[in-house]
Amino acid sequence: MDNSVSPQNSLVSVQNLSFSRGNKKIFDDISLEFERGKITAIMGPSGTGKTTLLKLIGGQLFPEQGTIIVDGNNVHRLRRSDLYNLRKRMGMLFQSGALLTDMNVFDNVAFPLREHTHLPESMIRTLVLMKLQAVGLRGARSLMPNELSGGMARRIALARAIALDPMMIMYDEPFTGQDPISKGALVHLIKSLNTILGLTSIVVSHDVQETAAIADYIYVIAEGKIVGQGTPKEIEQSESDWVQQFMTGAADGPAHFHYPAKDYVDDLLSTGKRY
Amino acid sequence: MQHTSTQDTLVGLFVAAGIVGLFFLALQVSNLSSFTEQNSYTVTARFENSGGLKVKSPVSAAGVKIGKVSAIHFDPKTYESVVQLSIDSQYNTLPDDTTASVFTAGLLGEQYVNLEAGGSEEHLKDGGKIEITQSAIILEKALGQFLFKSAEEKK
Amino acid sequence: MIEFLQQLGIKTRTSFTKLGRGTFFLLQTMSGVLSVLPRPRLLLNQMHSIGVLSFLIITISGLFVGMVLGLQGYYTLSDFGAEESLGVMVAASLVRELGPVVSALLFAGRAGSALTAEIGLMKATEQLSGMEMMAVDPIKRIISPRFLAGFLSMPLLAALFSAVGIIGGQLVGSGLLGVDEGAYWSQMQAKLDFQDDIINGVIKSIVFGFVASWIALFEGYDAIPTSEGVSRATTRTVVNSAFSILGLDFILTTLMFGDH
Repeated sequence: MDNSVSPQNSLVSVQNLSFSRGNKKIFDDISLEFERGKITAIMGPSGTGKTTLLKLIGGQLFPEQGTIIVDGNNVHRLRRSDLYNLRKRMGMLFQSGALLTDMNVFDNVAFPLREHTHLPESMIRTLVLMKLQAVGLRGARSLMPNELSGGMARRIALARAIALDPMMIMYDEPFTGQDPISKGALVHLIKSLNTILGLTSIVVSHDVQETAAIADYIYVIAEGKIVGQGTPKEIEQSESDWVQQFMTGAADGPAHFHYPAKDYVDDLLSTGKRY
Repeated sequence: MQHTSTQDTLVGLFVAAGIVGLFFLALQVSNLSSFTEQNSYTVTARFENSGGLKVKSPVSAAGVKIGKVSAIHFDPKTYESVVQLSIDSQYNTLPDDTTASVFTAGLLGEQYVNLEAGGSEEHLKDGGKIEITQSAIILEKALGQFLFKSAEEKK
Repeated sequence: MIEFLQQLGIKTRTSFTKLGRGTFFLLQTMSGVLSVLPRPRLLLNQMHSIGVLSFLIITISGLFVGMVLGLQGYYTLSDFGAEESLGVMVAASLVRELGPVVSALLFAGRAGSALTAEIGLMKATEQLSGMEMMAVDPIKRIISPRFLAGFLSMPLLAALFSAVGIIGGQLVGSGLLGVDEGAYWSQMQAKLDFQDDIINGVIKSIVFGFVASWIALFEGYDAIPTSEGVSRATTRTVVNSAFSILGLDFILTTLMFGDH
């Protein structure tokens, strides 16, 4: 791990984070660094709390222990108004897109601009069309969210996320449930936005190929711990059983195929005793 | 939001209709238009028996409502009913020998105070007293008299 | 037995927790109301979906309730030869009780359930969360305008309900049954007091509007963000609103009309 990210150059730094939901420990003392201008991916099986991590970074949830520093600010120590100011510089792309259903595409992308700036309507129009052009959906501006396909909704949401020209974007499962073409379009978009706008990207995903294709650095999380980290190449060659199982998609491994249960034979026999 | 102006019109119509409804209730349904408490003066009248008279019962003269009963209490010394009448101040020329009687509107109707002007030159003032009063007619008594009379006529 | 007591304890505790959350939510909503004032467009949109869209059900129900009151009142009053008092009976029942209560119940069913479903779905589809991440406070932007609109619409709807009902009673009373029209109105005017009847009725409807909007918005905001959670929350809105409206009506009636 000699080429791990240096804390000096990281935009987001998660230190010794612990978080649990009910009795289930979701994160157990983990530390991650997200370097400026890079795409960092967080991978892991479903249910490992990857989305929770993004919500923690965005200040929507509070950790039990540990600190999260975003651009020099301790997210959970900020006053509410400062947190809101910080969020204006953080874009987040939700899994469902989270478009406002009572507005059309144009108004959705214009929403953050109208809420946070006092720009004249002509300027807003120009900006919105620019953002829509960037995601290739300028022609869809007057559609309502329920008329969009899943992939289109996500791209519109991406246009909205970059409306305020943030310093970073968090992608929550951007590829889940997309057809290969939409996946390709999103992969291309994430990569190009990152280089063109100089963004820092955090991608949470369990789609191995797509993520490995664009990420500069990958963390693999399982059972509340980081089980592997490194560049996509290093991850592929990792000797960790967890990482190997995840990358190759093996049915059994450290993550068991069977939900915890008592011994199969005992279980079968014990029902026999009823008779 | 292309339908903004239609929507504005609808909201405008709704609010206007609601306010019209409130005004309708205030003016057409309640007694707001006929009598307000601010411009009134109070006189007291003592009755041997004020019957079914209540606070807010109407006070009228010659069949026109000119005020209402504002308080009723029992005087433990004289065993009389003390009734405060608040009368609209535009009717300030009632003579001080006005007679107050408790009448009933119809056979089963509500009871009200009827004022009958006397001949004095002096007018009733705020806090004044009506000296001549006639108590409520008790229904049983009235019925008894009526039956008695009609029995006599038949003879 | 011990298990039952335990369950009871847990139930009680969760309901108090919920009441606490609800109160906190209400305070946040009310503090957000001020930020709605500079943006009348937000309020106007909600007045449309809450007030205007409830207009029809309220007026039609008001008309029919008034007509039924006219019929029933006439049959009862005519036994005592007091048909002339029909106006008083119809107007007093509507203005004091049925207007505020029935329109609030209809409001909870029509607008309240829609609000809960709307907010609950926004939560389930991460729209509220998304707004928060866009540094927009969903309470101020989504909840407060709806609360204000519900709070303002309710008295107007109740007044409409009563007004239309009184006219409906008159249509049946003097149109169909031959009660003197003059007596209908004049007895009503003589008996109903502006302060005691009209104002108290309006106060009732304001209280009901406040409570029904609060319950509807909170149930939506507090809903479990799944389709099942939202549908349950919608049911709870109607049930809880109905209980609260009727319970509060009893309390308010005792306070307002208790002394005579």
